Amino acid sequence: MTTKAETGNVEKVIFEGLEEVGAEPNDISREAEFEALDVDSLDLVELAQIVEDEFGVRLEGDDLKGLTTVGQVIDLVVKKAE
Amino acid sequence: MTRRVVITGAGAVSPLGVGAEALIDRWIAGECGIADGEGRCDEFEPTDHMSRKEARRADRFTQLGVVAADEAIEHAGLDADGIDRDRIGCVIGTGIGGLTSLEQQVGVLNERGPDAVSPLSVPLMMGNAAAAAVAMRHSIHGQTFGIVSACAAGAHSIGAAKRMIEAGDADAVVCGGAEATLTPIAIAAFGSMAATSKEGISRPFDARRDGFVMGEGAGVLVLEDAETAESRGAEVLGELIGYAATSDAHHLTAPDPSGRAAARAVTLALEDAGIEPGEIDYVNAHGTSTPLNDRSETEALKLALPDDAGRLPVSSTKSAIGHLLGAAGAVEAIATLGALRQGVAPPTLGYGEPDEGLDLDYVPNESRPLDTASGNGGARRIAVSNSFGFGGHNAVLCISA
Repeated sequence: MTTKAETGNVEKVIFEGLEEVGAEPNDISREAEFEALDVDSLDLVELAQIVEDEFGVRLEGDDLKGLTTVGQVIDLVVKKAE
Repeated sequence: MTRRVVITGAGAVSPLGVGAEALIDRWIAGECGIADGEGRCDEFEPTDHMSRKEARRADRFTQLGVVAADEAIEHAGLDADGIDRDRIGCVIGTGIGGLTSLEQQVGVLNERGPDAVSPLSVPLMMGNAAAAAVAMRHSIHGQTFGIVSACAAGAHSIGAAKRMIEAGDADAVVCGGAEATLTPIAIAAFGSMAATSKEGISRPFDARRDGFVMGEGAGVLVLEDAETAESRGAEVLGELIGYAATSDAHHLTAPDPSGRAAARAVTLALEDAGIEPGEIDYVNAHGTSTPLNDRSETEALKLALPDDAGRLPVSSTKSAIGHLLGAAGAVEAIATLGALRQGVAPPTLGYGEPDEGLDLDYVPNESRPLDTASGNGGARRIAVSNSFGFGGHNAVLCISA
């Protein structure tokens, strides 16, 4: 069973996922850029796995291309779940 | 003229603790780091030494290698400004690589399917991961690679580093070995081939020995061209005066009982060093505590050193830490260097019952002063350190200090 993706709980899961892959908890916000969080392409794949497990939303490699901030990914997950 | 290769840094993580000093001081004191039949690095906590992010991107063998390398590099002052990073190499060997990570991800694959397998799996388990992590962390831009030759990997890596410097490909090389295979599959696999001790006791050369005790850890040296080291004012801890490697071509796992190829590696290492057997003061044996190794190694030493094997102290670090597989040769090179520098022959612990034909001086149970009365003039002490690996790989280092 997956959870329904709404902005609030997607944000929570992604924030936790970012912490899990090693981002500094205090630096994590919607506005934070992945580069500043030292989150690279391998981390984003892990994040996509966490999102899929939780919400059943599959993020392909191309989906994340060009997204630079945490908020952009949160919005994308919510949009894809609709 | 061939460049001389000196040792300017040493670092270790072993079942005797974090740090090269803990390894040598505690071994000399007769302490044993083996508990419950395993040589685990209990005192090692990765996040004491690296960020959580660095730790989760490194298998345990890489974590151990990185921490040993940090110590060696700091010791050597190799991170100082003004050192040409293009002229530094890095060779860190391993027997197996990131087995903990591999086992975890096989579990994920079986339980949750291919989509759940971590994208970090490959960089975690690849055998060159420790070398790569050390190079990235210390901005090493010369040649970097891992060497995979079972229990000879640590010594092979140090030997390859020596050659790299001699050939002029690098002025300094961070080199050694790292291993962390105290995992269910490795414990079962070594057990099923009856390589490991059922009793969980490491007692090399003793008649009751029944296999090795698996350990984990890492050892890393900084080797450096002598002139380069001198010009930057680095403290010289010792010199790697000789290295040689040969192959048994005998059996997948068992050593050639005649010890012929192993003996030849000793002889060639002495030739490389330009010394005679009479100049050696100490032998750091491979001494695994397996019935086969300890017998064939004794034979090899008698073959290579017919007039000297009987007088030489021969001891096994594995009696104190177990068998660190691909890290063994490197950790033992560091223990050997420490023994030479302190002028002590460290003991073979757990030794009680002589075995027929195994009649060398194995320095049973207690350290003793290491004489330099062996024809090298007493100005330096010289040791040979043996490493032999499954596959019939023999690698021998000759160290002076």
